[in-house]
Amino acid sequence: MVDISANFLGIKSPNPFWLASAPPTDKEYNVRRAFEAGWGGVVWKTLGEAGPPIVNVNGPRYGAIWGADRRLLGLNNIELITDRPLEVNLREIKQVKRDYSDRAMIVSIMVPCEEKAWKTILPLVEDTGADGIELNFGCPHGMSERGMGAAVGQVPEYIEMVTKWCKETTRMPVIVKLTPNISDIRYPARAAKAGGADAVSLINTVSSITSVNLDDFSPEPSIDGKGSHGGYCGPAVKPIALNLVAEIARDAETAGLPISGIGGISTWRDAAEFLALGCGNVQVCTAAMTYGFRIVQEMEAGLKQWMDEKGHATLDDVIGRAVPNVTDWQYLNLNYVAKAKIDQDACIKCGRCFAACEDTSHQAISMVGPDGERRFEVMDDECVACNLCVNVCPVENCITMERMETGAVDPRTGQTVTEEYGNWTTHPNNPGAVAAE
Amino acid sequence: MRPSQLTSGIAAGRLDKDTLAENFSDLHAPFTAHEAAVEADRCYFCYDAPCMTACPTSIDIPMFIRQISAGMPEAAAKTIFDQNILGGMCARVCPTETLCEEVCVRETAEGEPVEIGRLQRFATDVAMATPQPFARAASTGKTVGVVGAGPAGLACAHRLAMHGHDVVIYDARPKGGGLNEYGIAAYKTVDGFAQAEVDWLMGIGGITLEAGTGLGAELSLDDLATKHDAVFLGLGLGGVRKLGLGLGATSAVDFIADLRQAADLTSLEVGRNVVVVGGGMTAVDAAVQSKLLGAENVTIVYRRGKDAMAASGFEQDLAAQKGVTIRHWAQPIGSTPDGMEFEYTTQGDNGLEGTGETFTLPADQVLAAIGQTLNPLDGLDHADGKITVKPGGATSRKGVWAGGDCASGGDDLTVTAVAEGRDAAEDIHNSLMEG
Repeated sequence: MVDISANFLGIKSPNPFWLASAPPTDKEYNVRRAFEAGWGGVVWKTLGEAGPPIVNVNGPRYGAIWGADRRLLGLNNIELITDRPLEVNLREIKQVKRDYSDRAMIVSIMVPCEEKAWKTILPLVEDTGADGIELNFGCPHGMSERGMGAAVGQVPEYIEMVTKWCKETTRMPVIVKLTPNISDIRYPARAAKAGGADAVSLINTVSSITSVNLDDFSPEPSIDGKGSHGGYCGPAVKPIALNLVAEIARDAETAGLPISGIGGISTWRDAAEFLALGCGNVQVCTAAMTYGFRIVQEMEAGLKQWMDEKGHATLDDVIGRAVPNVTDWQYLNLNYVAKAKIDQDACIKCGRCFAACEDTSHQAISMVGPDGERRFEVMDDECVACNLCVNVCPVENCITMERMETGAVDPRTGQTVTEEYGNWTTHPNNPGAVAAE
Repeated sequence: MRPSQLTSGIAAGRLDKDTLAENFSDLHAPFTAHEAAVEADRCYFCYDAPCMTACPTSIDIPMFIRQISAGMPEAAAKTIFDQNILGGMCARVCPTETLCEEVCVRETAEGEPVEIGRLQRFATDVAMATPQPFARAASTGKTVGVVGAGPAGLACAHRLAMHGHDVVIYDARPKGGGLNEYGIAAYKTVDGFAQAEVDWLMGIGGITLEAGTGLGAELSLDDLATKHDAVFLGLGLGGVRKLGLGLGATSAVDFIADLRQAADLTSLEVGRNVVVVGGGMTAVDAAVQSKLLGAENVTIVYRRGKDAMAASGFEQDLAAQKGVTIRHWAQPIGSTPDGMEFEYTTQGDNGLEGTGETFTLPADQVLAAIGQTLNPLDGLDHADGKITVKPGGATSRKGVWAGGDCASGGDDLTVTAVAEGRDAAEDIHNSLMEG
């Protein structure tokens, strides 16, 4: 029997699916419904310090890009942290946690980059009975202009400093939420670790302008003819998030640091991929904002079924399994030789592979069969196995990359395929190659 | 008492005005912009696309669909009109299921082609709300006489006008449009679209329509050749084959034309029991419309099998869906007091043979749709009953071109007539500019 219960930093939840800090977790009403729907935990929408409530724009907060059928592919927001009074949020968090003690309750916090501010709010949060805190060093819009959010997350020294203040002040596990709007994710992750963080979570949203209105030349979402960059999320950012997660998971300095994975997770499969790259759990937002809370049921069932089929009994059997396979380009096996192969029975003869290969790649696909018919074939003597044909083919598994057998001669290079591993570091064309001993 | 579907004999007004209006409304509702966007997204933008190859006018279908996807239906329509100035009508009447949509790779992939015809209609509907987008070249001082204001003649005239020639179209009927106006089922081209398209097309300028003037006593081919620098014949097939046997059959072509021109469908007579003889689009159009007018029983009788019918599978299904019965392998042999008598047929060694077995269908009205013919023109070579043309449409007589149904080759489709008219215009233009 598959067990998908999660234990992240000692915080237990019946499944690894948490709702990320965002509008879905802004109040008791939503969070109760989320828990009823089956979510394993929530990160409560970011609290700020006591005082006059946050003010949001009164026009559109979200922008999006869509497929032609209006399937939402990427979402952008310019909403700020919670605009409800601190005491209301604290009271509700306490009540919900009391009623759902088996679910994870994490509270996201963002206060000014001053020790006093952090040390003032932490005891208030601790008093709710919350399981942990997440430091919002990621929000790229609005708050960052006031020296908070991504403005902190972009300066490793600040990350370390604030994390330390928190660790000194609270018993609660501290998760540092990282912004992707940096040049090298390893530095903020190392800083979080140096500050004593129990975990990092990533990614927060990517700075973005979703589109430009070509009638009035205003960026979208447009507020009275003007737009400001927002934070981009949803399926479109998943590949970015996967890479940043992997960078931290395989960095010698941060390896083993627990990671909560975030970024475009929409299905069980997305979640499983984040787990495989080293995440102890995942956080979801855009998919819930697009389809509602019920999607967690698909995620739960799908993850269980996949684990069952693969013989993975617990999440620990999955977490980090792909990390050793993430490497640098220089270590990729240059002796691995593949050729594209087109399944003629599956081929619908659209010719997209031909157009892509002929116009933009290696001119390795022919489009005329022996009897002059419309037939697309790979020319092995030209194919470099770039995979573009596979990517543009509209039919699943119609074009596949087939590994050449050891001992076969690659008709493109005339070289015999060897089973020996060989990478760039030892390649004769590399001026800096080290002699293989 | 108002007649009903059960009233014996032939009667008008079997159905009330509202029911008739509903029955003769648009067969395929136009796409909304959203529907068009979703459908356009299904197009794979194939390389050397099979749909484009299958289109007799070679419309760049992937490109126009991409332009719809990109929110530019007007540009999409321009792509269509570049190849086919009657793209609006073709979007409505083309048997797409045997042309572009039959070879769509989505048909191969999942049995559901991209709905190219409806997308074409979406784009052309948007564009045809504004003037036609082509400009005329500087005047050449040449004039061309075009006989027939049907698809071939109109396409030829428009292309000639684009090239700067002055065109006079002569048509025997009171209105232009040819079969688009007189010969196509009403539910395929509603709201006076055929006339609107003629007006829109002629908006390019340089084209004069002499309606009510056909080739004949008052206007000979010699007159035209004298009057114009070139002549294009797109006069269609003026004659209809008649059922012999004294069966009292009327022409399905006339029936359709009367229906198309009727101001009030309740005034049109139709039998309680209608028998249509034939197997082409005209047979289906006549049968379906008889049913829609309120006939109780409508039967198409065709002397060969389903596969041999010139009407497409879609048209046959449409007939069945509207309640028309199609009977294959039977030919009319005479009439009896009970109706019309048919003999079963079979494919023998030497062609079609009667089996000697018969059946009788009640028939208050018999419509013959067994083909149309060309009355041969003096001074032109003919083959198989049509004017012999070379590629480009030149006839055996210098200075005279022909295209559409009256010319050899082709397949009796609107879209083919358009292609032939267009190509003949190019040939005429080259010829005139050489001389």
